[in-house]
Amino acid sequence: MSTPTLAEAETLLAELTAKMRPHVTPQTGLIGIVTGGAWLAERLHSNLGLAVPFGTLDVSFYRDDFQRKGLKRKVKPSAIPFDVEGRDLILVDDVLYTGRTIRAAMNELFDYGRPARIRLAALVDRGGRELPITAQFAGAIITVDAHDSIELTRDASGKLSLVMQKP
Amino acid sequence: MKIHIKNGRLIDPASDTDAQSDVYIAAGKIVAIGAAPDGYTANRTIDASGLVVCPGLVDLSVRLREPGFEYLATLESEMNAAVAGGVTSLACPPDTDPPLDEPALVEMLKFRAKNLNQAHVYPIGALTVGLKGTHLTEMAELSDAGCVAFSHADAKLTDTQLLFRALQYAATFDFPVWLRPQDAGLARGGVAHDGQVATRLGLAVIPVCAETVALSMILLLARETGARIHLCRISSAEGVDMVRRAKKEGLRVSCDVAIHHAHLSEMDIGYFDSNCNLTPPLRSQRDRDALRAALADGTVNALCSDHTPVDDDAKQLPFGEAETGATAVELLLPLTLRWMEESRLPMSRGLARVTCEPAHLLGISAGRIAEDANADICIFDPARHWKICPDTLKSQGKNTPYTGLEVKGKVRYTLIDGQVVYESA
Amino acid sequence: MFLNKNPQLNKNGELHHLLSIDGLPLEILNQILDTAESFVGVTQREVKKVPLLRGKAIFNLFFEPSTRTRTTFEIAAKRLSADVINLAINVSSTSKGESMLDTVANLAAMQADMFVVRHSESGAPYLIARHVGEDIHVVNAGDGRHAHPTQGLLDVFTVRHYKKDFTQLRVAIVGDVLHSRVARSQIHALTTLGVPEVRVIGPKTLIPGNVESLGVHVYHDMAKGLKDVDVIMMLRLQNERMQGSFLPSPQEFFKFYGLTADKLALAKPDAIVLHPGPMNRGVEIDSGVADGKQSVILPQVTFGISIRMAVMSILAGN
Repeated sequence: MSTPTLAEAETLLAELTAKMRPHVTPQTGLIGIVTGGAWLAERLHSNLGLAVPFGTLDVSFYRDDFQRKGLKRKVKPSAIPFDVEGRDLILVDDVLYTGRTIRAAMNELFDYGRPARIRLAALVDRGGRELPITAQFAGAIITVDAHDSIELTRDASGKLSLVMQKP
Repeated sequence: MKIHIKNGRLIDPASDTDAQSDVYIAAGKIVAIGAAPDGYTANRTIDASGLVVCPGLVDLSVRLREPGFEYLATLESEMNAAVAGGVTSLACPPDTDPPLDEPALVEMLKFRAKNLNQAHVYPIGALTVGLKGTHLTEMAELSDAGCVAFSHADAKLTDTQLLFRALQYAATFDFPVWLRPQDAGLARGGVAHDGQVATRLGLAVIPVCAETVALSMILLLARETGARIHLCRISSAEGVDMVRRAKKEGLRVSCDVAIHHAHLSEMDIGYFDSNCNLTPPLRSQRDRDALRAALADGTVNALCSDHTPVDDDAKQLPFGEAETGATAVELLLPLTLRWMEESRLPMSRGLARVTCEPAHLLGISAGRIAEDANADICIFDPARHWKICPDTLKSQGKNTPYTGLEVKGKVRYTLIDGQVVYESA
Repeated sequence: MFLNKNPQLNKNGELHHLLSIDGLPLEILNQILDTAESFVGVTQREVKKVPLLRGKAIFNLFFEPSTRTRTTFEIAAKRLSADVINLAINVSSTSKGESMLDTVANLAAMQADMFVVRHSESGAPYLIARHVGEDIHVVNAGDGRHAHPTQGLLDVFTVRHYKKDFTQLRVAIVGDVLHSRVARSQIHALTTLGVPEVRVIGPKTLIPGNVESLGVHVYHDMAKGLKDVDVIMMLRLQNERMQGSFLPSPQEFFKFYGLTADKLALAKPDAIVLHPGPMNRGVEIDSGVADGKQSVILPQVTFGISIRMAVMSILAGN
């Protein structure tokens, strides 16, 4: 069941781009979290015209729910085509919720090296944090029922949409 | 003790009888069939309505594990198992510890068994001292002590000259020699049939030619010596075919098959079920089908349980390290019934393989229901279904490949020498 | 009669033990290969470790000595942050004293999460898997002649790395197939992944009867068997089989079945050469070929770590 009350993802992406533009340099490293965050990183990378290629991160090996859920989803290799050591990084994810994925992502990043700074960009911040994590850049801040899930999808043409799933 | 068995369905394969008929017993013998003799008054009447009354089963291979292997099973436990399976006469192979190679051992076994008042025990004597394959045993002495035949069990006998002379010597007295055809060299190190299961599971193999090479040698020696030879546990289509031809030629040979080889095949090993590690190995489905056909046409004279109790320690091992054999004396009847039903054989014919035919091979007068015959009788419920469960088996060995199998046919009464030695509700 | 249920999968059809590639669904095979792909990246990083199995106790139970395989499992477990306990169990001591199952029960009581088992008897890991509690996973690290699933997986992973598409390949497995658990695992992996032609090449004494039932073609002549193949998988010949009833001498074996540059030239020009190691140079394979540019023997070793990390992490999560 999808409800059309969510803002258009493409509109939010434009807003997010605008918010980030003053705060990046061509050397800023974008790292998108698989899967939705990686799509966004790809678009942001081209919107912002960054010199450094963007990276992707699959945090499956760092998740704190492995005990309960195991490795169910197909894991994609993480690919960071630049040196993170001393770099200014922005993690990109589609929906910021409990903050656990971001914690896992930061742990993984530190296994690549010691970045100068990590900031966080999310298309949607839906609240409900369980860890002291906040997004420096958010396309929108919304309130959603705890049981609902929001997912970013991408169609064949590359157009992004947000879909809300009611339980 | 006079026992009247009434309203039963009497099946006597020896006389090809299958009829509703009463049986009257007195002083250990069957005194009448059909109508009561004059002045007969029974001490006990068994109502056999809905039950089959047949001769007690004669099993050609039951390892009682005495002497020497009492930690695996005792005479008491295995004799209890036998009567629970309707078996009233049994032959035991000489592979005890020490082997049955001396008259005193045989006499002791017979004495111990007799005191239990259960199944009649017919020891098979060792063909060579210690089953070592180097010196002949005192066959005539052993015969006097009660051995009905001589065999080398599963021990290897690689000296062909010795085998030749053993057959000559046995032929002198016309003692039957029981041989398990398996070439020791070809079987060396093997644990499974040389088929697709062994290939898939990576098990060392015992090829069919291990059986056929040994068989052809034995048959040639039989022709040469004129010895009476019984071939134990044939396992392959080719093997049974050789026996068929030898019989046609007129050689004095007989053979038996273990009940497992009539039901199971290499496929039953599944994922390394060591309860399916048997001697000889379970072969292909084609072999199993050939054995079934040979049982039906009489090429195979008898079905036996090849009862081999093994304890958990020896079975809970990787397949190739596990001891071979299965506990089965209690399962001989239901598994034989299952074979008959699947082969669409009438009971009076199928039951011959576990009654009069093996009795004939042992040279004993058991295995039939007739006036004046010993009252060794099995009464079973042919319609009763039950599930094979190791814990409910009387044998001390719980090693069965049939756990969970639903079978039909349950022994209700076993009579030996006119005494009820087993009964169940 | 009733042990026919695939003991590797749990109620949900997920991998619970890895005992053999035989009977593994294609999806699980691909899941392992894909997960291993992700671990290849991890092992190339500054920190070659992920916290996935933190706090898990993995026992390497080696009833048959093998430093090499044990080491790769140990490295893999450590890179997953698990605690690894190595136990080399002298087989002669188990036969005299404690039974294998008693040993296993004792270790299970020490809160083991996973057993990596190597044994000289086919099927030993199945017996262990049947007797451990539901929360313990068993990985077969080689049992008798039966299976060496992680080796088979790393071999097909290597093939996928260089050849991409399995469905267009011709693969030859050369040498002592009869005694080889590696060959059996390779055959099951290749056929499950859709390789249309798998060949086995060797003298009749070293090719099991009925091997065609596994879906392979048999060749006894290297020249015919290697013709136009894309992948050559050499097998190790054990010392004790080089002379005796299986073969007359290692020299004669090398002459007819050893992989030399001449014989390699019969395969496709871009064919790759694999060997599970340790190699007998001059018996199964010529040094020039082993170290040549078509050899992928060292990458196999590297990929072996990722495959074992993938297997252990998938099992631990199911």
